Amino acid sequence: MSRIQATFEKLAQQNRKALIPYITAGDPNPDVTVPLMHALVEAGVDVIEMGVPFSDPMADGSVIQRAAERALKHNVSLCDVLDMAAKFREKDATTPLVLMGYGNPVEAMGWENFAARCAEVGVDGALTVDFPPEESHEAFGHLQRHGIAPIFLIAPTTDESRVEKIAKLARGYVYYVSLKGVTGAGHLDLEELARKLPELRRHIKLPIGVGFGIRDAATAKAVAALCDGVVVGSRLVQEIESSAEQDVIAKVSALVKELRAAIDEA
Amino acid sequence: MTYNYPDSTGHFGPYGGIYVAETLMGALEELRAAYEKYRNDPEFIAEFHNDLKHYVGRPSPVYYAKRWSEHLGGAQIYLKREDLNHTGAHKVNNTIGQALLAKRMGKKRVIAETGAGQHGVATATVAARMGMECVVYMGAEDVQRQSPNVFRMKLLGATVVPVHSGSKTLKDALNEAMRDWVTNIENTFYIIGTVAGPHPYPAMVRDFNAVVSRETLVQMPELAGRLPDAVIACVGGGSNAMGAFYHYLDVPDVQLIGVEAGGHGIASGQHAAPLTANAPAGVLHGNKMYLMQDANGQVIETHSISAGLDYPGVGPEHCWLKDSGRAQYVAINDDEALGAFDALCRFEGIIPALESSHALAHAAKIAPSMSRDKILLVNLSGRGDKDINTVARLKGITL
Repeated sequence: MSRIQATFEKLAQQNRKALIPYITAGDPNPDVTVPLMHALVEAGVDVIEMGVPFSDPMADGSVIQRAAERALKHNVSLCDVLDMAAKFREKDATTPLVLMGYGNPVEAMGWENFAARCAEVGVDGALTVDFPPEESHEAFGHLQRHGIAPIFLIAPTTDESRVEKIAKLARGYVYYVSLKGVTGAGHLDLEELARKLPELRRHIKLPIGVGFGIRDAATAKAVAALCDGVVVGSRLVQEIESSAEQDVIAKVSALVKELRAAIDEA
Repeated sequence: MTYNYPDSTGHFGPYGGIYVAETLMGALEELRAAYEKYRNDPEFIAEFHNDLKHYVGRPSPVYYAKRWSEHLGGAQIYLKREDLNHTGAHKVNNTIGQALLAKRMGKKRVIAETGAGQHGVATATVAARMGMECVVYMGAEDVQRQSPNVFRMKLLGATVVPVHSGSKTLKDALNEAMRDWVTNIENTFYIIGTVAGPHPYPAMVRDFNAVVSRETLVQMPELAGRLPDAVIACVGGGSNAMGAFYHYLDVPDVQLIGVEAGGHGIASGQHAAPLTANAPAGVLHGNKMYLMQDANGQVIETHSISAGLDYPGVGPEHCWLKDSGRAQYVAINDDEALGAFDALCRFEGIIPALESSHALAHAAKIAPSMSRDKILLVNLSGRGDKDINTVARLKGITL
């Protein structure tokens, strides 16, 4: 059983929801990332999404774009991110890791090479934001051969026929984008979410995580009540950005504990 | 025509496609269906051509640059005068087409990215005419170097948003426009200004600009007695070149030459010439194309004297035309483009855009070694009024 599946099954048995943080690997600098990941686990997260920095993050808002720019100042490459994952795995054999980013760094590395490296270092899933199913047949062949779960986004604008198509290809969990916009926007509509999720579950048997626009404990709690996992990205990255470097781990941990407690109340 | 690209999924060979986040897939499908419906709709076509005739002033003339040709002493050079269009460039052909489509799709707000500002002006122009809200994203560096066009857009009622992220040029403006579109997808139509982006944009922008080659196919025999030996056009994203090439794709005797921005020279690495430099294929802004990038797949900063050519990628159809051998691509450096800019001013009384000056410079480079009975047709894609500040600065002159 994959780490992602094992994690969600265990949570389901405990009647708990997953907390899935997103951090940009290499932000604010490459030395912080692995210790920060261990601290996230200690603070109660279930799956970690590691953002692979890209020069042109079109689907992200300004907060995550600045994080990518900080990481790229240190020349953090996809290879470096995979090395960080390997280093994390030395001390943590169970927490699922998902790489999230854009297709071009993977294209440059080659999908076969990427998938093989993911398997080797213990990455469990890959979310390539700008590779929809239509363009991904070859890419996902490589991922699946190496047992790496392709994670897909589903948007409020995704129609039912596309949901069906994505449901067939998706592994691990599905990431529902809770608003029309880029990451970090602030107008999540809970009623719309409550209406949408049962529709999705008609086709999607995998756990559904919800993200984009979850900025505080109250929202995290409300969202957790509706789905299987809560993804928090920009809010954490903002905390990293606004903290002095030596305080990053403590500040982010405190925020994550708050989110964890709220989600567990749901 | 027997030429039949892109395929039904928007691919030109291995290039093109739809590489966008799921959040945009619905909107692109809506656009594809609308374009499919209206591209062959007689009423839509009639309105488009009526606007091109009465609002843009088409057909634009072809002009024989006799004095410049004689000076160069070889092939005869003809200019397709897209600079005489309303708003001063070929860009308006496309913005009229897309705005008419936006109107039929019930969109009340249009957005655009712009580099040199010509596409922004052309978008602001059609938005004003149709009473639509218009927001134009422009790299902060381009806002500086193209200030006259910024003012023109504001006069036309558009909101110009300077983009401070990344390299502060065209590619960053595109990123920001995409973000706006994702956020406002229900009421907003994104008017992309070049033959790049996710399907159907490359094909649609080409089709609206193809009026250029449709006209020259008739005009050249009338004026010169025959078709040209070569059609030459500058290539940034590549919209004016695709327009100038399109109806010649099935005319194998006519050579097609795209001229990229060589900046400080290909060897310097400071250029915007992915095709000439044989950059690897990559994915950016919704499509696969030749893309200037580092070994880790990060898009690198480009350099060109001309804001409109300062882009790390190039439309997927040009990539395919290069690979298939139907078109050739070369680069012209900043100083060569400036030389041609001066020459056209002095010999023909025409101030060309710095973008178009790249195509002119290549014609000036090859004409002298060709015989006098050869004919080169250069697409003079825009006028140079917008560039006078840049040129003055480079000449050390304070206006």
